[in-house]
Amino acid sequence: MTISFIILAILVLAGAALAMSLRNLVHCALCLVLSFTGLAGLFLQLQAQFVGFAQILVYGGAVSILVVFAILLTRSGDTQESAEINRDWVIGCWIAAIVFSTLAMALLSSAFFKEPQAVPGQADARAMGHELMTRYVLPLEAVALLLTAALIGAALIAMPELRKPQGHAPDKEVA
Amino acid sequence: MSGWLDQIFVLLKRWAVGLFPEPLQPFISILLSIAPIIAVFGLLFGIVTVLERKGLGRIQNRLGPNRVGPYGFLQFVADGIKALIKEDVVPAAADRVVHFIAPFVMLVPVLLAYSVLPFGRGMTAIDFDAGVLFFFAAGSVTELALFMAGWSSRNKYSLLGALRAIAQMISYEVPLILAAAVVVMMMGSLSTVAIVEKQAVFSGILANWNIFTPWGLAAFLLFIVAAVAESNRSPFDLPEGESEIIAGYFVEYSGFKFALFFLGEYLGMFAVSGLAITLFLGGWSAPFSFLDWLPSWFWFFAKLLCFVAFYIWIRGTLPRLRMDQLMNFAWKFLIPLGLFNLIIAAIWHFVGGGLRGWAICGALLLAAYTGLGNALFKRRKWTKRTYRYAS
Amino acid sequence: MTPLPYYLVLSSLLFIIGLAGAITRRNAIIVLIGIELMLNAANLNFIAFWRHGVSGQGNAGLMFALFSIAIAAAEVAVGLALIIAIYRHRKTLDLNRVNSLKG
Repeated sequence: MTISFIILAILVLAGAALAMSLRNLVHCALCLVLSFTGLAGLFLQLQAQFVGFAQILVYGGAVSILVVFAILLTRSGDTQESAEINRDWVIGCWIAAIVFSTLAMALLSSAFFKEPQAVPGQADARAMGHELMTRYVLPLEAVALLLTAALIGAALIAMPELRKPQGHAPDKEVA
Repeated sequence: MSGWLDQIFVLLKRWAVGLFPEPLQPFISILLSIAPIIAVFGLLFGIVTVLERKGLGRIQNRLGPNRVGPYGFLQFVADGIKALIKEDVVPAAADRVVHFIAPFVMLVPVLLAYSVLPFGRGMTAIDFDAGVLFFFAAGSVTELALFMAGWSSRNKYSLLGALRAIAQMISYEVPLILAAAVVVMMMGSLSTVAIVEKQAVFSGILANWNIFTPWGLAAFLLFIVAAVAESNRSPFDLPEGESEIIAGYFVEYSGFKFALFFLGEYLGMFAVSGLAITLFLGGWSAPFSFLDWLPSWFWFFAKLLCFVAFYIWIRGTLPRLRMDQLMNFAWKFLIPLGLFNLIIAAIWHFVGGGLRGWAICGALLLAAYTGLGNALFKRRKWTKRTYRYAS
Repeated sequence: MTPLPYYLVLSSLLFIIGLAGAITRRNAIIVLIGIELMLNAANLNFIAFWRHGVSGQGNAGLMFALFSIAIAAAEVAVGLALIIAIYRHRKTLDLNRVNSLKG
């Protein structure tokens, strides 16, 4: 376990924990960006260059700004939520702990870790582009269609409703 | 002779790294890659602020600053000292942590973006496989800094300025990336070093720069316009609006933090110019083969200074665009042209280039440009002049 | 190279943090942020498995993560548009109050 992994893991988990527990919503969004950046660092450490940079570009540069704009447009940044130590919070933490224990037990008893490492794939952009155009061309086109639909749909949903056109009062000369 | 002058910085760095013991050498190598970049571009920032004030002054028929130093060229030293010793005023209602780190979130990604620009032959800090994507990823984080600056000041006007600035920067990022995508498509690589090396070959007397192709020229013009808008420079500087809303999103900053924002903005300007030089103007290569004896880093910085002169020129000349004009320009004009340019580049590739390619692609581009322009900008007919009287 | 179990435990921790937030918090935007954290945890899982070359599928993990990033961005856009529309209608984002289908 290298030192860079430990630092990045602490960054990711601290950012996520703060994002879920802070009361001021804009602070939550900014801690989320911290978590995303740590995650991008982990991707780069795993030598997935393209995906790491795409993570910074998409999540850090676009999704976080969307979240921040939504917080501002819905006036959630002005008021703060009340203190959350109540029954819901305790139940939520218990559910999370149960899920984690299930996952951890499944992980640690699986057969993955006892085999020697196989050969990883090619990560350079040229090979990825080639694969995108030959083997994964159908998901590529489907994602393009989905992004177009999401763009149009989001713009339509978030637009304010058109008011009915009111009758025009003729310009009167004030006597 | 030209060989060692061209590689003088690389040789110097190699010699300096060799002075240190074996285990420290990677760290010293990294340090010696980063420190000259910060030093050179910091100095360039200082000189460009003076040049800009003098240039704008001459355009406006007055002298610029001419008191400090020979012909006023040490003005940036005076400005720096003033910024450092000014009192750091933070509003009482401001969010202190976010207010403090916003300038750094603006500055650090911009400095990171310099690491993929090739300043000369073999003088790139890091050669990423996906270098162009890294540049845009680093540039897109600065928008968050604008928001942090505007929101943490708890000032309605700076928040409005920040929102407008973010909307502008996001809108103009799309034509920027589209113009770069054309170059990546035709060069076949995302690595900045590979893109420059493909343009550095000479066919006859002329270099193979991307700007000498029709799709390259169109993409270059798109890129320049989008770059001016990305750096929030006039004529796209409504969010900053020096004569209207004072400074927009960083109105509550004073002293050193303001200087850091200023520095970040100018460094962003240099970085995106550096990328334009890399993608379109052949990076460190000479335009003509008989000028090849000049060192490669000289060519890079000469082109960079031409870009700076161009920015100063249009700042002094063009009026400011309104916000809705700005957004319409990006979404309805630049993006369709950028997408059309991709098709033009593909046509160029299949036609094979040369004079026939220029004729076909040039005609198509001009038709698209004039057609889109006519469709978008409504022409008001010349009518008889009417008067309205108050009564 | 850090062995695989560490990445998997990290991604499951990230997942449960997102899950806890999405279940517990009352503001709709925070729930969306929790969902984004869960998606990111899954992405980390994919990239870790791809790097350690376990499945023998070549670049499939990398491609999946890339498509997941694109789709998550689209989903956030649509989700936030819905949240803005709900706010305009109900003047609140408290999920305990937005609990009836009546218009």
